[in-house]
Amino acid sequence: MLRFKALLRDHPIIPLLVLLALLVGTLEIMRPGIVGERWIANTVKFAIPLAMLAACQTLTMLTGGIDLSAAIVATISSFVMATLVPFYGAAGAIVLSLIPAVLIGLLNGIGVGLFRVHPLIITLGTGLIGTGCLQVYQSTVIATGSEVPEALAWLGTGRTWGIPNALVLFLPFAALILFAQRRTGFGRLLYAMGDNEGAARLAGVRGWQVYLALYALSGLIAGVAGLLYVGLIKAPSLSLAVPLMLPSVAAAVIGGTSIFGGRGGYAGTIVGALILTVLGTMLTLLHMPEGARRILFGGIILGVAAIHLRLTDAR
Amino acid sequence: MTDEAPLLEASGVEKRFGAVVALEAAALTIRRGEIVALMGANGAGKSTFVKILTGALRADGGHVRIRGADRVVGSPAEARKSGLVPVYQEPSLIPDLDVTDNLRLGGTDAAKFTRWMSELGFTEMDLAAQVATLPLATLRIIDLARALASEPDVLLLDEMTAALPTDLVEAVLRVVQQQAEAGRSVIYISHRFAEIAQVCQRAVVLRDGATVGEVPIEAGAEERIVEMMLGEAIKPGETAAQRATPAPKGAPRVAVKGLGATGKLTDVSFALHPGEVLGVVALEGQGQDELFEVLAGARKPDRGVIEVEGTARRFNHPADAIRAGLSFVPGNRADALAMQQSVRDNLALPFSARARAWGPINMRREGEAVARTIERLQIDTRAQGEVGRLSGGNQQKVTIGRWLAHGCDTLLLFDPTRGIDVRTKRQIYPLVRELAEGGASVLFYSSELEEIQLACDRCIVIFNGRVVDSMPAAEADEPRLMRAAYGLTGSAA
Repeated sequence: MLRFKALLRDHPIIPLLVLLALLVGTLEIMRPGIVGERWIANTVKFAIPLAMLAACQTLTMLTGGIDLSAAIVATISSFVMATLVPFYGAAGAIVLSLIPAVLIGLLNGIGVGLFRVHPLIITLGTGLIGTGCLQVYQSTVIATGSEVPEALAWLGTGRTWGIPNALVLFLPFAALILFAQRRTGFGRLLYAMGDNEGAARLAGVRGWQVYLALYALSGLIAGVAGLLYVGLIKAPSLSLAVPLMLPSVAAAVIGGTSIFGGRGGYAGTIVGALILTVLGTMLTLLHMPEGARRILFGGIILGVAAIHLRLTDAR
Repeated sequence: MTDEAPLLEASGVEKRFGAVVALEAAALTIRRGEIVALMGANGAGKSTFVKILTGALRADGGHVRIRGADRVVGSPAEARKSGLVPVYQEPSLIPDLDVTDNLRLGGTDAAKFTRWMSELGFTEMDLAAQVATLPLATLRIIDLARALASEPDVLLLDEMTAALPTDLVEAVLRVVQQQAEAGRSVIYISHRFAEIAQVCQRAVVLRDGATVGEVPIEAGAEERIVEMMLGEAIKPGETAAQRATPAPKGAPRVAVKGLGATGKLTDVSFALHPGEVLGVVALEGQGQDELFEVLAGARKPDRGVIEVEGTARRFNHPADAIRAGLSFVPGNRADALAMQQSVRDNLALPFSARARAWGPINMRREGEAVARTIERLQIDTRAQGEVGRLSGGNQQKVTIGRWLAHGCDTLLLFDPTRGIDVRTKRQIYPLVRELAEGGASVLFYSSELEEIQLACDRCIVIFNGRVVDSMPAAEADEPRLMRAAYGLTGSAA
């Protein structure tokens, strides 16, 4: 038992993978034949934007923060991109649409790093401001129409030999984050700052630099996630990625990243995003009223997070 | 008295943290009115044992009998009910609340608390003071008074005196003795033989998680205890008196002129030369904390100048001090370490601090630097995945080793041997000497006076925010230091 616990503590991803397999198995029992190549590709397709938004949460949570503006940033960049395509073409629109994403991220970073505002507050505030700006922006561009570029639709929905094209973007992205969190100086500082900010300071770390870079990066990731998501949904709107807000936090938490900072990592988050996506499918199949479905969804998230903590914590 | 069942009897107590065995056969018996010392090198398991006895941790095996009845002490509250009350190594008060609210949380009787505080020399304790604003020594005394107010049958004191100035140590020992005279018992954990000789009847010695013996406190007990703790004989350390200390030559590396900050540090000047270990002696709260923080760039001075290699410097952030070659090892290890991270991450933290080092880490080169440091300081790496699981001594080695790996010209050591075992202490003094011989300068504050002669070339004494005396280490015997530390000498530096 002790060795089993030690194993789980050192590899917290194992129980998550087991849970994922159990969920997929249950789904197959509920609806025999559903789990096939097509279903897997679809699940992965929907899990990827969620996993990317959850990267924003994971990275900020490592420092003890959170990025509640991520889903709105994703929505803003997708909407801005779609409305700019008629003027600047696909490539130009994509580049321009990431500017507001990074700006909101920088604003978050300035708030957290220089003015010591709690991340929860500052990202909530910039998120609301962003929503307002988006509404104003929409009223000015209402006549020009919008368009989702071919390339993004290909990336978001397309499959090549049965494999979702979104992986072309996601695999290098995930590899980069996984590498960065443990093998770059920046990654090490995220853990150190979340664990003991004062100690990091005494070791010579200028915290504001880390926060500024972190939240700007989070904004950029959210922006890219938004572009990918609009390629999947193909209908830009003012609330496109907003429903992913809380699931993105949940994916990181289920994946074992501590909201208090210093613990966790992106590998768990990816599995967390897959678990949430499969769970979503399952609950849709249950033919329950929407209210009951949400109650069950929330309950399961709490249960999984609690069990995971129990299994992987040594004390 | 001997036919009465012992107040507390523990045997075969086991505790594992993952793969690390903290305790395997810890045992201890205490009777009414006894004061027993619990001794052992760092990592021997003293703190873990105390936490198990007081319900803060659960044992994996073994028996605990209280007044002859088998008990599983499941929580601190249960332990308290059975009359077992601890004072842990770290203050257990909530910093953002005032003293009254902290007392209320623990259900402590304020009147009894105040009585004990005045017994300990704090006659005019301001109960409305916010805990975060109080000095560490006062917090320790509050913890003790709070424990005493609950009238415990067995009081467990874990390194109670480690951060206390001499006058408070005396007060604590007096109170401990009173407990015994009133028929209560005390388990006393300390590394200081003088205190143990003064109050304890016998010492229970732990080594590597097991009780290895019991020694009655009498003449010569000290050597026997040390032998038991180490499992090997130790050589007396070389002292400065035996060392030929050349007078400092040439330009100082760091020159401090008229430094002042926050009222506590009023006017401190001294020069620190390359290859020199300069001791700093002061009673608690004489401005030494502020001095080190200012030199480390963690606090801004109100006045005065810091010159490094002849150039005046302003440190707005610890990073500025580190660039100027000044590295700080704070008195409280928890202030310096990211406890949930690995030994490697903690040792290599300064490497990654500057924004230009945020990119990919050269894992091989860094791994070698880390391995060299672990080797040089003999850091116990059994629990290297999480620094928080290391013993205090090993944690201290990590905080010092970080600057060895990174390289620094001037090391600011604030009470580096606080609450650590004899073996680690005896590794730290030669290390400090070795660094100085390699050309580094070391500023060494110590709360234990004998350390000045063990590690330093020269020392200054600070009283009331000013340097009141300075002398070569050979002359720095304890009586002279003590007089100076109380501001009793006229020969100001």
